[in-house]
Amino acid sequence: MSSDVPDASDVADAADEVDAADAITDEPEANDSAVEEAAKHVPSGAPPLRVEGLVKRFGGVTAVDGASFEVEQGSLTGLIGPNGAGKSTTFNCITGVHEPTAGSVYFKGEDVTGLEPYRMARKGLVRTFQIARELSEMTVLENLMLAPKGQLGESAIRAVTPGLRGDVVEQEEAIRERAWETLDFFEIDHLATEHAGNLSGGQRKLLEMARALMTDPEVVLLDEPLAGVNPTLEEKLLDRIHQLREDGYTFLLVEHDMDVIMNNCEHVIVMHQGSVLAEGTGDEIRNDERVIEAYLGEDV
Amino acid sequence: MGTTESSIVDSARARPGLLLVALLGGLLLVDLAAKLAGLSVGPVGGALSADRLGSNLWNGVVIGLVVGLAGIGLSMTYSILSFANFSHGDLLSTGAFTGWGVAFLIAGFGDVPVRALLSVRDAGSASAGEVGAHILSTPVAVLAGLVAAFAITAAVALALDRAFYKPMRDRDGISILIASIGAALVVRYAIQFVYGSDRRGVTASVDASNLAFGPLGLSVNAHELTIVVAAIGLMLAMHFMLQRTKLGTAMRAMADNKDLALVTGIPAERVVTATWIIGGGLAGASGYLYVLLRGTIQFDFGWLLLLLIFAAVILGGIGSVYGAIAGGLVIGIVFTTSTIWIPSDFNEAAAFAVMITMLLLRPEGLFGGVSTA
Amino acid sequence: MTDASSSGDRDAPADERPESATAALLDAAKRSDLGLVLGTLLVVYLAATVLTFADGLNSVVGLMRTLTFLGLVYALAALALNLQWGYAGLFNIGVAGFMALGVYTMGIVVRSPDPAFGPPGFGLPLPVGIAAGMLVAAVVGLLAALPALRLKADYLAIVTLGISEIVRLFLQSSAFDTFLRDSLGVGTGGGRGMGMPRNPVRDLFLVDGQAGTPTAFGELVFGVFGEDALGVSNSILIDWGYIAVLAAFVIAFYVLLERLGRSPFGRTLKAIREDELVADSLGKNVDLIKVKVFVIGCALMGLVGILWFGSQGNVSPTPQFMPLLTFYVFIAVIIGGSGSNTGSVLGGIVFATVLFEGPRRVGASVRDVIDAETPPSFADAVAALDPTAFLAFATDNVAPLQFILLGLILVFIMHRRPDGILGDRIETAAAVDLSERPSGGETDE
Repeated sequence: MSSDVPDASDVADAADEVDAADAITDEPEANDSAVEEAAKHVPSGAPPLRVEGLVKRFGGVTAVDGASFEVEQGSLTGLIGPNGAGKSTTFNCITGVHEPTAGSVYFKGEDVTGLEPYRMARKGLVRTFQIARELSEMTVLENLMLAPKGQLGESAIRAVTPGLRGDVVEQEEAIRERAWETLDFFEIDHLATEHAGNLSGGQRKLLEMARALMTDPEVVLLDEPLAGVNPTLEEKLLDRIHQLREDGYTFLLVEHDMDVIMNNCEHVIVMHQGSVLAEGTGDEIRNDERVIEAYLGEDV
Repeated sequence: MGTTESSIVDSARARPGLLLVALLGGLLLVDLAAKLAGLSVGPVGGALSADRLGSNLWNGVVIGLVVGLAGIGLSMTYSILSFANFSHGDLLSTGAFTGWGVAFLIAGFGDVPVRALLSVRDAGSASAGEVGAHILSTPVAVLAGLVAAFAITAAVALALDRAFYKPMRDRDGISILIASIGAALVVRYAIQFVYGSDRRGVTASVDASNLAFGPLGLSVNAHELTIVVAAIGLMLAMHFMLQRTKLGTAMRAMADNKDLALVTGIPAERVVTATWIIGGGLAGASGYLYVLLRGTIQFDFGWLLLLLIFAAVILGGIGSVYGAIAGGLVIGIVFTTSTIWIPSDFNEAAAFAVMITMLLLRPEGLFGGVSTA
Repeated sequence: MTDASSSGDRDAPADERPESATAALLDAAKRSDLGLVLGTLLVVYLAATVLTFADGLNSVVGLMRTLTFLGLVYALAALALNLQWGYAGLFNIGVAGFMALGVYTMGIVVRSPDPAFGPPGFGLPLPVGIAAGMLVAAVVGLLAALPALRLKADYLAIVTLGISEIVRLFLQSSAFDTFLRDSLGVGTGGGRGMGMPRNPVRDLFLVDGQAGTPTAFGELVFGVFGEDALGVSNSILIDWGYIAVLAAFVIAFYVLLERLGRSPFGRTLKAIREDELVADSLGKNVDLIKVKVFVIGCALMGLVGILWFGSQGNVSPTPQFMPLLTFYVFIAVIIGGSGSNTGSVLGGIVFATVLFEGPRRVGASVRDVIDAETPPSFADAVAALDPTAFLAFATDNVAPLQFILLGLILVFIMHRRPDGILGDRIETAAAVDLSERPSGGETDE
């Protein structure tokens, strides 16, 4: 186990180096990526994520009913609510898995409502899944190397044409290097050649987050990253999240465990019955009667 | 892949598609009217007698009922066991050969050697006329054959399930689908090995077996009438079983939501067994009736019909028994009436094209996701 | 760090190579892949020799030719299908239709506009015909893929099967043949099929393909192996020349697919096969990639159709392009293990020789030994109550038994070895070595 954990800035620096050296963002979406790089460090006027009047109905059931909130640049924002409050559906609407019935989603001021997940990821908004979805037949390293944007070798022609494959290999080397560094950061480098399917539940959560970071995101949506994770690993995960946040990443965290949210997030959004019930700091939420009532209603 | 999101994109994409389909349908109707009226304007119109249209439609209904009957079983296994059963067509052949073996045995016993009868004329040299199986001359034999086709095919389907599918119950649909291709090969070529590979006549011809419906200009064959009565009877029995019995309720629940059904304590294996017995039996019966319609039999006719049956099931919406019947009728009518516009070389292709169009524009089927109810 | 990497070793599955001797073992593994294929062929040849040595060298070489040809064309088809199904999980059971499109298009493009018999063509050079055949297969694949890939896997299966049957029915139709003749001046030949252009390999041996006039090269080969020397007939020798071409194509397909697999493209395919939503959420345009891989696969199938049936003198839609052909190819891929290119080659060879040709040859040999009349039907064979008569019937009707065997094998593999012979090998999906940490990475310690 490596004793020195490179801090987040190393990862980010490494990422920058990869970008510079190999034109990793050399793709149609290149413009977005270039803007992102700047925005990550210099907050722009618009918040990275804003949701306005979001409504999602499934048949006759209204899962989200006019939710509106903002996530501030560089923040660690928590999203909580009783079961069935609409948190996961909200997540799915933001990331493009579901098309909202009404309302809008803005990413850095741009209306991105209903964009497919892959477009959201390319813009810089990435998510993890509540139940970790590791690609079990791929190794941990392959899982990570899948994620980076703008891979030249994703073009079938480049991948097979002798003259062009050189660039692909060069870029692959850089991506591999970055993947190793990210694994170091999450302290799962010893699992690199393991098939992801052989990992423990907690390791899969780490893998998911590592993989998400490999896409070079600005905003990371974490769907219950701590569910089923043992306390030691939970500590480690939270520690990594805080480190990354200090480096400029923005996090929106859905978590069932109230204490985790209260102790870690500077801003907390409470959803209830599909809309936002209350917002504020942990302390404000703790003392909000409506919140207590909503949770009491569930816990009985 | 946004499910909801993509369905909206799909429907946006589908609208021009649907529009096109509606336009084409309208054009065909106008053309049909012009043809009936004997008008001819450029490429539109021509001459078509009402009699020919009538007999096309009637033939379509008869074929459609047979295909729909076969589709019930395919639809049931699809919804309850979650896989596309590629051996279903060969169950039709199983029913046809075994059922006609029994029918021959009763019809020709004493006059023709038993092995020629049971092998549906593979052995020996007796002609179909010598055996003399026909609904008017040997009604008991033909009906007993139908019952035997149902019973034996149900048993074969159940045996296939126990040997091939049961060990794979928890596997993904594609793996079971591939195994069913294997099962199809086993059944089809076992039939070929036992019954031989040549196409041969089965039913005898009887004088005055055509009943004419004067005003409609329709001439209806006694065997066609038998098929319609038998198919509708079996479909009604199926309907009462699904709606009125505990087993039927359990089957509908399983088809609708398997996990939920299991949680509520429905005996899954018993429902599966019943599915094979009923679905297999109906497949066998429809194979038997198909031979009654065509008058000839060949070891792979069921396999060749499979894609049409799939077309019917998909058209009606997979999982819906009533959809399968309706889909069968549509496919049957497309199959026979398409010859008004296109050469008969293409009537099968037209049926497949309807199926593919349906899958692309409205994959949930005509009745949009209403499952077995 | 050393600690970390060695612990990684211990955890690694057995098929991963230890870092110490990576290079050597990697070489050995590569050699063993080729060794596996050659070894299998060797066993096949031995069996072929045993079956036919009594009939002389010509028969032995002739049987080997048939087996090798079939093994290689099935290997090619299996490789093309493996790209779609093994790599990306696209369940295409219209393989026969895409092969038919390829070979028929080639025939129509290349055939003479004014042939002595059979349908007329455009009379263009062979390379144009091959390119056109691949293009048509690819375009039909694209038209099918654009909407159909959004469907569930089993719906895609039914749609592709439907397309393959529609293709066959069109080629079968005399009305379509007439329509083509009237509109484009070319034809398909309908149910009678069409003759294929002369195989250029023949020109290598014979001047203008005329049997009596060998070229210098032909002179040499016929002189060494031919009827006057070792006694192998000229036509068999020419066929071996074509087999060399097929072998080159197998290698080319293999290299192409390996390169595709060992690249970010292959990595994305692997991810899509496992979990589309994950690939989508990581910024991969899943639909586009599926369309691409489907179209590439269809173009390759078109090429396989040309290489296979284009060399057979005459093609006809039925029974050559029945769905059964597709299932043969599937069985080949499944035997080898979907996802493995080596497995596909091996599966193709094993299927074609052991499962496809094997039973017929063995059946025929056994039949020769049995001294009994063949009963005219199964019922008669049973009624005879004589095991010898039954065996005579069975060996004379070995074809259906062979299909039953194929079906049972398919079911057995799905039950017991869903990964095939080699399928438990999961191949690396990267353009660089991932088995160990590159030394540069450890400097940050």
